[in-house]
Amino acid sequence: MPVLLDLLLTFAKIGMFTFGGGYAMIPLIENTCVEKKKWITHDEMMTVVVIAESTPGPIAINCSTFIGYKKGKLPGAIVSTIGMVLPSFIIIYLISRFLNQFLEITWVVNAFKGIKIAVGILIVDAAIKMIKKMKKTPVQIVLVSVSIILMLAINLFALNISSMVLMLAFAIVGVGVFAVEDILKGESTKR
Amino acid sequence: MIFLDLFIGFLEVGLFSFGGAYAAIPLIRDVVMAHGWLDDDMLAYMIAISESTPGPIMVNMATYVGSEKGGVLGAAIATITVVLPAFFIILLIMVVMSKILENKYVKAGLTGLKACIIGIILVTGLSMIANNCGLTDAANPDMLTIGLTIAIAFIYFGSRKFLNKSINPILLICLSAVVGVVAYGL
Repeated sequence: MPVLLDLLLTFAKIGMFTFGGGYAMIPLIENTCVEKKKWITHDEMMTVVVIAESTPGPIAINCSTFIGYKKGKLPGAIVSTIGMVLPSFIIIYLISRFLNQFLEITWVVNAFKGIKIAVGILIVDAAIKMIKKMKKTPVQIVLVSVSIILMLAINLFALNISSMVLMLAFAIVGVGVFAVEDILKGESTKR
Repeated sequence: MIFLDLFIGFLEVGLFSFGGAYAAIPLIRDVVMAHGWLDDDMLAYMIAISESTPGPIMVNMATYVGSEKGGVLGAAIATITVVLPAFFIILLIMVVMSKILENKYVKAGLTGLKACIIGIILVTGLSMIANNCGLTDAANPDMLTIGLTIAIAFIYFGSRKFLNKSINPILLICLSAVVGVVAYGL
């Protein structure tokens, strides 16, 4: 099979069978692309995951672009990424055509009211997991606390500050804190 | 124009969604609320649907919002734009800047940014729960929903703590759908 077609079908299959996205699909990609197809090595797979954590966008996309480029340069990257997205695109598009009619049925609405409770809990849990995973340096703890307080204030007082602006500000503060630490370290070693 | 709005909105989401699916939810919420594309209810429904269908949550949400607002073309535009930043950033890293993520200033910036994301996600989740329970209207909280929220949270976190078994998100969504039908009526 030509490489490009193989990439398209393989990633379409992965995109089709990974529920929940993100980390749920890493084992499947590992199994298919490292063990069966031997497109990349295990080490390279780990590298992608690390890169994915430091770059924006869905992890699935990062992986498919990376592996696609390795195997087939730019066309490979494009084809793999399309393959990854296509199944969910078709499924969600079909759902979007029918969802509104579906939501006119009372018990469906009530089921969704229950689901809304779960969604809130899942989001809070995602944050808790990130807090558990992060390195607990004093700077980190202060930054996370400030972020929580700022977000609470933004929500309570309905302030018009977008998350993006906040994120950029924190990135700048992160660099600033690092630069100051660097200077302090430099001074202490001079003495 | 709706197509341009979708393009810019989801480009922002794709560009700033560091840290996986749940990090994208607050950004998507910002964008869809600012444009009045979805309310909190529909957003929660879509998160649940995205979680229960295959594929990355971010892509699912983009496809849905795009399709609702601009038909199949809107869906295509939103989906492509949400993916585009990740695609190009990976290409850039592979082709020209393989060492950029090891740069200490880039690392420091990302550290600050990730700390910020934790706060954003936590407060977004809490605020969705608070809205859902009617806590925004202090005189008139929705006692039934508050009770159900406490019960479901107890089951979810409790099973992890006491039974050492975590409930996966899809199972939790199914369970809470049943609870919803039972509690709010058929």
